[in-house]
Order: sequence, then structure tokens, then C-alpha cells
Amino acid sequence: MDASYIKPFIASIQNVFSTMLQLPVTVGTPRIKDRTGPAFDVSGLIGMSGDVTGSVVLSLPRDTAERVVSLFCGQELTLESPDFADAVGELVNMICGGAKAMFTGKKVSISCPSVVVGQGHTVARQTDVPCIQIPCTTDCGELVIEIAIQQSPAAAGVGAGATA
Amino acid sequence: MKILLVDDSKTMRNIQKSVLTQLGHTDTQEACDGQDAMSKVGAYKPDLLLVDWNMPIMDGLTFVKTFRQTNKTTPIIMVTTEAEKSRVIEAIKAGVNNYVVKPFTPDLLSQRINETMAKVAAA
Repeated sequence: MDASYIKPFIASIQNVFSTMLQLPVTVGTPRIKDRTGPAFDVSGLIGMSGDVTGSVVLSLPRDTAERVVSLFCGQELTLESPDFADAVGELVNMICGGAKAMFTGKKVSISCPSVVVGQGHTVARQTDVPCIQIPCTTDCGELVIEIAIQQSPAAAGVGAGATA
Repeated sequence: MKILLVDDSKTMRNIQKSVLTQLGHTDTQEACDGQDAMSKVGAYKPDLLLVDWNMPIMDGLTFVKTFRQTNKTTPIIMVTTEAEKSRVIEAIKAGVNNYVVKPFTPDLLSQRINETMAKVAAA
């Protein structure tokens, strides 16, 4: 995957967490994720379409998610709180929105977020797109962003000039 | 001042409400998408609208275009993750008066609200 697709997510999560939560994020070395590996307990998912397609996941252990969401909302929230999933969705929405704005010269749309909660769940992705995992450390705990995106065939010019 | 908050995220509406309360604006109503907002503007008659872009059922841009067919004057601030210049231009052309990119600080939202209302008052 092009590194230019990874850097915007690093910049964006640091910007979102510092602006909305006053929480610094230390980013580790990105690595390729095993396709069958489980996510943490809570995952916020966003789809990308347009010149870049694929999915982005913000995944957090339960404790970290509860601390992060409580900071974001300014009140103590747990996994069972009715607004918990909404808050996780809004965080991944802001991260993806900020990142896509840094995709120079590309028209990209993002979907409304979905949130999955459950121990040991897995997120199924396109098999032909590698998933890059960016480990992050915060004072609330560890979390990851998982990026499985690629330039769309249309944007890459595949098939351009083909004749019948 | 009556302010309608249009965002599908309750968390974001709560954050905005909290900032507005700090600014002394306590008369707010909420809508969870553009269609919901269309059903509320008639009765509530807001003095200002804060509108998200990406929402289910009716997105913010469609809402702004629909709302502007009958209301040319009530100020609208788009509060969204859509940060590209082309998107800002698209929103302004549709009738948005000001623009705030998420994530935002309370100070930035406050500043945008104040400058928007000052422009409306001066017009």
C-alpha cells in the first residue's frame, strides 16, 4: 500500500485526539495485519469509496474505549451506555474525514460509521487488499487503526483506452 | 437566539450544545438528519442552524439546498469532517454562511458563530 495513504491517518488521529480529547497519541510502527486476526473489543468501521476504496477500522480494548469515550463526551460512559457506540462512530468519522482531506487530488467519500462491540470479533475485508495496522499508545491505553484501502481501478486508469 | 443542531451523532450534538450553553445560548433543538430538520424548521423557526454534512436519509448539503428554496436568510454553519476546499466551495454555493471542520475547539466554534451572527446583523 502506498505510504501516502497511511500518513494522513496518523496525522488525523493525533489531531482528533488532541483537539477533542486533549489526549496525545504516540504512534508505533505500522505493520501488516494477519487477515484472520481478531480486533479488540470495540471497533468503529468506515467505508471509503470514490478514487480510493476500502475500509478503515478504529479498534480498542473495552477499558481503553470506555476511557476515551468518557473523555470525548465529558462524562463517564461505559460499554452499556446508550451513547457509547455513537461516540466511537463519531471518533472514527472524524479520523477518516480528516485523513481523506489529505489525499491530494483524489475525490473520496466516506460512509456513515458502524460500530461492532464484542470480545474476539473479527472484521472481514476484501481479500486482495492488505490491511495495515497502526498501533497507537495513549494515556487511556492502546488502540489500533486498521487501514485496508487502495486506489480504485477507475482512478488508476485500469481499462482506460480499452476497445471493444 | 434559537439554534437548531442537525447531526446524526448525538455525541456531537451534545458537544455542540455544551459549547453553546457556555456561550449563553440555551434555546436549542436537535434534528438527527436533514429530513428531521426539515420537519422542525417550520415550527421552531431557528435563528441559526449548525448542520453536519454526512447523515443518513437526507445529508446536510441536500438539506441546505432544500431549506434555501424557501428561506434565503437564516444563517447556516456547516459543521463537518468534509475538509476539502472543493467541498467548502460546494457548501457555500448551496447557501451555507460559514464552515467549521471537525475536529474543532470550543473557541473555534464560538468564533464562527459570532462572526456569522455579526455578518447577519450588519446586512
